[in-house]
Amino acid sequence: MTATALLPLLALLTSLLAAVVIFVLPESSHRVRILVNLMAALLKLVIVALMTWGVFHGVDFSVSFTMLPGVSFMLRADALAMLFAGLSAVLWLFTTIYAIGYLEDSPNRSRFFGFFSLCVASTMGIALAGNMFTFFLFYEMLTLSTYPLVVHRGTEKALRAGRNYISYTLGGGVVLLLGIAWLHGLAGDLAFRETGHFQGADPALHGQLTLIFILLIAGLGVKAGMFPVHGWLPQAMVAPAPVSALLHAVAVVKAGAFGIVRVVYDVYGIDFAFMLGLLQPLAWLAAFTILYGSVRAMAQIDLKRRLAFSTISQVSYIILGVALFGPIGTVGGLVHLLHQGIMKITLFFCAGNYAETLGVHRVDELDGAGARMPATSTAFTLAALGMIGVPPLAGFVTKWMLGTGALATGVEWAVVVLLLSSLLNAAYFLPIVYRLWFCPVAAPWPGERRWGRLETSAWLFWPPLITTLMLVLVGLLAATAFSPLSWAQLIVVRMYLP
Amino acid sequence: MAGLLFTPLAWASLSLLLDFRKGRCVSWLGMVIQVLVSLALWYAVMERGGFSYALGGWEAPLGIALRVDGLAVTFVLLTAAVATACGLHAGFYLDACKPWQRYFWPLFWFLWAGLNGVWLGADLFNLYVSLELISLAAVGLVALGGEAAALRAALRYLFAALLGSLAYLLGVALLYGRFGTLSLALIDEQLASCEPALIVALLLMLAGLALKTALFPLHGWLPPAHGIARSPVSALLSGLVVKASFYIAARLWLELGDRLGSPWLAQSIGALGAAAVVWGSWLAFRQPHLKQVVAYSSVAQIGYLFLLFPLTFAVAEPVSLLAQQGITLQVISHALAKAAMFLAAGNLILSIRSKRVDALAGVSHFLPFSLFSFGLAGVSLMGLPPSGGFAAKWLLLQASLASGQWWWVGVLLLGGVLAAAYVFRIYRASFLEVGDSDDFYHPPQSLEAIPMILALLALGLGLVAEPVLSVLSLPFEVTADVNEAQL
Repeated sequence: MTATALLPLLALLTSLLAAVVIFVLPESSHRVRILVNLMAALLKLVIVALMTWGVFHGVDFSVSFTMLPGVSFMLRADALAMLFAGLSAVLWLFTTIYAIGYLEDSPNRSRFFGFFSLCVASTMGIALAGNMFTFFLFYEMLTLSTYPLVVHRGTEKALRAGRNYISYTLGGGVVLLLGIAWLHGLAGDLAFRETGHFQGADPALHGQLTLIFILLIAGLGVKAGMFPVHGWLPQAMVAPAPVSALLHAVAVVKAGAFGIVRVVYDVYGIDFAFMLGLLQPLAWLAAFTILYGSVRAMAQIDLKRRLAFSTISQVSYIILGVALFGPIGTVGGLVHLLHQGIMKITLFFCAGNYAETLGVHRVDELDGAGARMPATSTAFTLAALGMIGVPPLAGFVTKWMLGTGALATGVEWAVVVLLLSSLLNAAYFLPIVYRLWFCPVAAPWPGERRWGRLETSAWLFWPPLITTLMLVLVGLLAATAFSPLSWAQLIVVRMYLP
Repeated sequence: MAGLLFTPLAWASLSLLLDFRKGRCVSWLGMVIQVLVSLALWYAVMERGGFSYALGGWEAPLGIALRVDGLAVTFVLLTAAVATACGLHAGFYLDACKPWQRYFWPLFWFLWAGLNGVWLGADLFNLYVSLELISLAAVGLVALGGEAAALRAALRYLFAALLGSLAYLLGVALLYGRFGTLSLALIDEQLASCEPALIVALLLMLAGLALKTALFPLHGWLPPAHGIARSPVSALLSGLVVKASFYIAARLWLELGDRLGSPWLAQSIGALGAAAVVWGSWLAFRQPHLKQVVAYSSVAQIGYLFLLFPLTFAVAEPVSLLAQQGITLQVISHALAKAAMFLAAGNLILSIRSKRVDALAGVSHFLPFSLFSFGLAGVSLMGLPPSGGFAAKWLLLQASLASGQWWWVGVLLLGGVLAAAYVFRIYRASFLEVGDSDDFYHPPQSLEAIPMILALLALGLGLVAEPVLSVLSLPFEVTADVNEAQL
């Protein structure tokens, strides 16, 4: 087996093996577990970096074997895959560090980190999947491996949220499976291809293809948190903060959004999807979800629930970008996949820090937290400003690309949606920032803990600061050759100019 | 090949003379032999394809004819794997002090002999004999507990099994009266037109076998019997025994169904299967006892098997092949997953000292390993990737779509959702955190490892489905040399 076939497998196996080792380790061997976790995360980062470099230079990383008659298991690294794989590899490292600190001295850590690694392995698989079948394989594996994380606390409330989560996601999975099986029956095993497969398809099939498209998007939309199937997301907030961070920024919602990108571009082909008239309704739905999520977010008092509704809104930016049918909009959507991940993970890290250090869960308890935890609050503020789209932070870059993309294709109403959404983002983020810095401490913190010199445990302290640095840098250096933006442009060039 | 039948019979007689512990040692040795012989047969089939073998050199009308092809050898291997796992588990699990436990081993070996007889049998009467052997041994195993409830369930099982056998035998008699032979291959050759008497014969045989396979609405005997039996026994019964009668039904259908069946018959059998999927899953969801959940899940999973009938009737050859492959995978993956699930459930029941689902609270905290095996087996039952259950579901979906029978698509998808409902109910119960004290019994590692291995096999089956299916389609050579087959 050559190195080009080995690397995608290795990227998958690092976290898969880590999961197995962690499951086998006894609950009490914390140090070994931490070591395994961090080594696997670092190793994966190296592998993904290597592959990204290779893909940039046009190396074809792929491996496949026949799994069932007519269906193959296929891993393949193209530029789009590396965007998602890179995101999850980088953020996994920081989330692992954060989770180690967050769960210090809590029970069931072996189970937690085992499923955590499985979850990342699934995400890697989703990123590298070379056809719809393989994608589905890992998509369902992700559902299963996140369930124990959502119900980790084992409380009645967590279990209820878990049931809700699993009903939504497995329901979505069934719809997706129907779509994939139908498509397979119609057209055979379809490897993802930058130009899609149905260019010039028989017009007699258009009706069926439209129906399949709806099924696929509906199935994927559940995880992407699109209206009206977003109900699981705010409830899943009972999970520990690193899990929320992972669900929101990297794994679950992104898997849904990433799947939609794959279906639109690499299965149907953007031109064909546009010709079927499917992109317009998708754009409307995405726009509605953007506004709906923001409006709902304003009404939430619980900090994590507010962030959850914000996620619902923000992920639909990606879908809007895809549905705009133009290279610039697509760049905006794709780069938002990454930017939103970095910003959202920072916000969740900060929310977790407030909860762990001060015992604060509600927005109205945050008064004056800026003085007590200046570093965390700075990170939160910058990430929130980025979400609103203040230049030169990450969020601005995407909103700018989306806006110019919309104008370039003559979809003026999308610009209105973007502006309106920015206003709404400001309306629910700025009050928090205001409370953090400008309100005096009203009451003693509900459950304060102290850790020596730093404002919180070192495991919890550094990850949000690093991700904040990243979100500033990806905004500032967006025009350089190694920014996510340039990578997204590379993807789009390969998609639109085959 | 003959060894596959005689070793179990010899070991059955031998272990009848010994007590439980000695029987255990002897039986474990027997399992090693049996597994090796099964592997040797598999190797032989891989090398040269399927062949027939007349026992003791006596040809068909007088002697016992055996035949082996890719499908049969796959099931022989499957039986070896599952039975070995259950036998090992039983050796640790059953309480050696109870006097009646010594009968476990003879019954176990009779069961194994019967199963191999079904997989390898070439004529209808041998199949009947093997089936009876299986039924009687299975009834004995159910009654092994000795409690009143177990005896009641066993008796109920016995009546159902006997009624099923009678119906089957009547059908066989009708066929014999018409053709004067019991060899399935010869009947297949002679059968030209469709006569009412033959249709009645087929219907009788199918009805009898459906009763033995516990097809809805004839499933009433299964849950009490499988629920109350000792866990390794339940695993054997659910994993293998019900498959034997289904295997015969499927072979009858595939050989004779194209001429004796009708679309109406095929669709109604499929509809019964669909009803079993829905009704069995629903009842599984409602059961208060852990093993009853698993038992009703068997009723549901067996329902899928009967989709074979509509999906292979009057459809194009490739579609029929897809359906056959899907059903075969479903049989294999269900055997592995269900055996794993019953064994894991047995471990859990040992640990929580209660049979109830709601007593599982805290299990995930203190006994993650047993729960994990249960969960992995559940993945296959739900038909989620990459399990064998998923591969089976995928092939059946393709077959339904390709044959235009889209209504089965709904059944397959709904079945998966319902299975998720009852499996996740167990997870939910066991993820609940109650207190920090660990007052569970921790089973020894060997008990925990066996269901885990089976569950991993079921899970991994999807990934290696292609090589497994390629064994199934090995050609059958009628003129093969007989002598080499005397293993």
